[in-house]
Amino acid sequence: MRAFLAVALMVLAFAGCKREEREPRPEPVAERDIPAIVMSDLAPGEKPPSSPDYPHYTENAWQVSEGKRLFEAMNCNGCHARGGGDIGPPLMDRQWIYGSEPGNIFATIMEGRPNGMPSFRNMIPEQQVWQLVAYVRSLAGLVRKDVASGRSDDMSARPSEQSLPEEPPRNAGIPPSATGTQP
Amino acid sequence: MNGFQSALHPAGPQALHIERLIWLFTGISAFVLLAVTVALLWAVFRRRERRDLAAEPRPPELRERRLGRVVGAAVALTVVLLFVLLTASFATDRRLLDLEGREQLTVHVIGHQWWWEIRYAHGEPARRVITANELHIPVGVPVRIELTSPDVIHSFWVPNLHGKQDLIPGSSNAITIEADRPGTYRGQCAEFCGLQHAFMAFLVVAEPEETFDAWYERQLAPAREPGNDQARRGREVFLRSACVMCHRIRGTSASATYGPDLTHLKSRQILAAGAVPDTRGHLAAWIADPQGIKPGARMPITALPPPDFQALLAYLETLE
Repeated sequence: MRAFLAVALMVLAFAGCKREEREPRPEPVAERDIPAIVMSDLAPGEKPPSSPDYPHYTENAWQVSEGKRLFEAMNCNGCHARGGGDIGPPLMDRQWIYGSEPGNIFATIMEGRPNGMPSFRNMIPEQQVWQLVAYVRSLAGLVRKDVASGRSDDMSARPSEQSLPEEPPRNAGIPPSATGTQP
Repeated sequence: MNGFQSALHPAGPQALHIERLIWLFTGISAFVLLAVTVALLWAVFRRRERRDLAAEPRPPELRERRLGRVVGAAVALTVVLLFVLLTASFATDRRLLDLEGREQLTVHVIGHQWWWEIRYAHGEPARRVITANELHIPVGVPVRIELTSPDVIHSFWVPNLHGKQDLIPGSSNAITIEADRPGTYRGQCAEFCGLQHAFMAFLVVAEPEETFDAWYERQLAPAREPGNDQARRGREVFLRSACVMCHRIRGTSASATYGPDLTHLKSRQILAAGAVPDTRGHLAAWIADPQGIKPGARMPITALPPPDFQALLAYLETLE
């Protein structure tokens, strides 16, 4: 019984190893397909578009924490204000104007969106865009709890990503500001 | 590389005090070790008193008294030696602060994972030099180094000039250094700070005041206009690729501060905080595959088509 317990504990402990496996050097970009540009997740059929290897990023704690570092380094905070939203839309709520799937968020960062979101194609390497995608999803509680960041380095007004409530995504459609109906 | 990074080759008054203290401690410790070893060997190998001889054994009181004297002398000597070390250590500590308050130059050194940002303070914002991984100081002038860190704890250590001082996130530390003789001294982060702690080095270049002033003026100038078409194309590549997101080149629109300032990249001796020397070949290797040279470094791999890459390299070579 004791031996069984010890083995079970070890298996549990080793299962955690993959959780934050670091991969500083991704496979060369040119060998992968760049996903098609998608402006909305209204698509024929059931499955929204997305790159096949995104779980590689959204299920790894290191990639998510790198995304968190980049979110500040690339000044996403300047508009999205730590996910709470300022002149850019909030990212920690359940409203997703351009879709919540990793592929949608990837396209949003790569191509930019009307009314302010710039395109970062060629400005942020693809690997780092995927890391940002993973982090943005963690802001809305859309990654596994053991993968999301457990704390922030600085004082923060909101709980860490790990303790944020999960927000089931709801598509909000085109924002009023984009259609020109807002005063 | 004799004395390139060594506390036993002091190049400043404080390092000299520290060196003397090192030798005093080493000398006294060696003497004590020697004395204890000799006593131990004597105890092991001394000839036993032979009981079978009819000789009159020495009365026990006499032996007791002799033993008491020996132990008493050893204890007294220990206390005296410890007191000498204590006094020397205290006096050295005091001496290390001698230069405090007499500084004529202040430099902010910011420790990043894994490189050093160096900003010279000046009343006029336009006369503040910003560089990385290479600290120039005039000889014979006490320089105040203000230390901060935006990420984790680092430690500033140039053994030829002074001891260590930590860089603490969220607070500011300071250390005053002075070099007596011109030379290049290697400094190193002395507090484990992550994957590339070992490649978090910098150089301190101590030079005569006129040379330092000339260097300072050169560093203040914006980047030179590229002289040929390839370099001009390289500048375009720089400005429309990922480089511009982190690096600054004064004189262009690149003004990010997340990575090292590249305005005078080729005036420096090392790249990537001491991972490689600053040559064209190493620069090419560093841009093509930074993660191969320094795994975990913050610089990502940027895929550039070969002609763009060569142009970029040609442009960076002009940043003197």
